[in-house]
Amino acid sequence: MEIIAQRPKSLMKVQFHYCPGCLHGVAHRLIAEAMDELDMRNKMMGVAPVGCSVFAYKFFDCDMAEAAHGRAPAVATGMKRARPDMYAFTYQGDGDLAAIGTAEIVHAANRGEKISVFFVNNAIYGMTGGQMAPTTLPGMKTSTSPYGRDVNDIGYPIRACELLATLEAPYYIERVSLLSPQDILKAKKSVYNALKYNKEGRGFTFIEFISTCPTNWGVDPLKAREWAKENMLAFFKLGVYRDKSKEEGDE
Amino acid sequence: MSQKVLMKGNEAVAEAAIRAGCRLYFAYPITPQSELIEYMSRMMPKVGGTFIQAESEVAAINMVYGASGCGKRAMTSSSSPGISLKQEGLSYIAGAMLPALVVNVERGGPGLGDIQPAQGDYFQATKGGGHGDYKLIVLTPNSVQEFADMAAEAFDLADKYRNPVMILSDGLLGQMMEPVEFKPAKNEEELAELDKQHFDWCMHPNVDGPDRHHHEINSLEIDPKVLEKHVLRLGEKYKEIEKNEVRYEKYNVREDNEVLCVAFGTASRIVKSAITELTKKGHSIGLIRPITVWPYPYKAIADALTEKVKKVIVFELNLGQMVEDVRLAVNGKVPVEFLGKVGGIVFTPEEVVQKIEENL
Ligand SMILES: Cc1ncc(C[n+]2csc(CCOP(=O)(O)OP(=O)(O)O)c2C)c(N)n1
Ligand code: SF4
Repeated sequence: MEIIAQRPKSLMKVQFHYCPGCLHGVAHRLIAEAMDELDMRNKMMGVAPVGCSVFAYKFFDCDMAEAAHGRAPAVATGMKRARPDMYAFTYQGDGDLAAIGTAEIVHAANRGEKISVFFVNNAIYGMTGGQMAPTTLPGMKTSTSPYGRDVNDIGYPIRACELLATLEAPYYIERVSLLSPQDILKAKKSVYNALKYNKEGRGFTFIEFISTCPTNWGVDPLKAREWAKENMLAFFKLGVYRDKSKEEGDE
Repeated sequence: MSQKVLMKGNEAVAEAAIRAGCRLYFAYPITPQSELIEYMSRMMPKVGGTFIQAESEVAAINMVYGASGCGKRAMTSSSSPGISLKQEGLSYIAGAMLPALVVNVERGGPGLGDIQPAQGDYFQATKGGGHGDYKLIVLTPNSVQEFADMAAEAFDLADKYRNPVMILSDGLLGQMMEPVEFKPAKNEEELAELDKQHFDWCMHPNVDGPDRHHHEINSLEIDPKVLEKHVLRLGEKYKEIEKNEVRYEKYNVREDNEVLCVAFGTASRIVKSAITELTKKGHSIGLIRPITVWPYPYKAIADALTEKVKKVIVFELNLGQMVEDVRLAVNGKVPVEFLGKVGGIVFTPEEVVQKIEENL
């Protein structure tokens, strides 16, 4: 019998605690598969954030550190500098990365830390019960924007890829989507690239996943994906925002 | 062969830390500790170490958390307002049971305060500062030599207990130049050995074959029963530290002391001068100088209270924060008096003499 799919080695044999239909699990799997394919697990250090993926340290089967809310890029900086012969990645939500940890992500990117950052954008604070995030869309209702996000009052959503792409140092920046099987296949390639460049020590790599939070959006998983396709993709455009491998004459 | 060099406290502690095996230093500039970060920026590249001027104190302490989690000797330094920002990270480092060194070159507060020497961070250093039940081991030097010596001691203590250690100094010690003699630097083999010693808990490359270890550097325990166990374990560790690591200096402590003084760090130097003056006048005044302010030398103070001691006087460059600990030690046996200076102003030996004479 031919095995065509199995649990990646880089994932622990534990059950995820995510809500049904949540895409965090898909993002985990893509990272773990790439880690396996690139044979990085024995030298990998991950940083888990605060948020729904707070238990990522229990899910990835490599060394893992749990960071304070937003501080993952600083923690990964310390790790990578302490063990330059190992690899480091962070896994962060949008509240984590684009609100409380804005300084840490901007400066880790600006220093060109040789780490990979996986950024899950679900336009909301999931874990704390659906409050407004820096990525919440204009007019979108959340538990702390009950009348809809008013851009005159609180500003526009932050586009992390575009923001980081203004910096000189980052090596690879891409926004991908987890909203359809085709998108997931594409995302897999991007995650693989990010980790490959990481393994090759090329520089800072950043993947943003457009994701959903059916629970806090108050819709079923399928509707959540439809809603995200219609609304999030209009604001958060998919694509490669930086790819220095091209400049370096690869591929 | 001993060789003394004249050096500022901030630079001496940096040099000593490097010799003790610190190869990762992360910090953000603030007066009066900037010579420390500048020294590290010059020296770290020369010893193959890492220096990062972080974007903030918050980032710096989190870089320390990452590097310490990899089992390496990592350090940050700052002055009072910056230490406030490090409290978040300190709580996480203590919770995750990581060794680390933090140097606080205190200045006047609260708020932005000023840049003159003060001891107003005593509570913050000894009673927490960050959230939750945790303790820092807090060492308080009173000379440049001691400031330097404490770097190695701090790293050893941090390793021994897997706990962050703070050297609580102040702007005077940071800026003052004194002759200092350094211990020999650890060589590459010794550093590699240190690294290996941490392998049972730290993140490191898997050298044992295909089944890698899964080390977690973490302070989260969502199950109350598990967290309870973890915090109780920390509590046991703190008791162990209280039992083993109390350090203090007895200066002129004798059976016939009329007054017992208590002072740490910079303040203790001035009290010593005052005691010399008073000895010339025929008085017997003792001084207990806590060197660790956590764990605190309660017993040393209690033991120094002979029948003859009429008063205990606490001298600090703050509004009387350590007085609470001294009261605990004295336990109502004799009155406890206090002389403090705030605003970054240091008392003179004459002021100390006068305060003691008033209480004779
Ligand atoms: C310093 C600090 N502030 C606030 C929190 C509470 N908190 C936990 S998770 C979270 C939101 C996380 O949202 P996001 O990063 O978007 O991740 P998601 O849960 O959506 O995956 C907040 C505010 C915290 N743990 N620490
Ligand atoms: S709350 Fe939202 S983001 Fe969090 S696990 Fe549930 S669906 Fe996923």
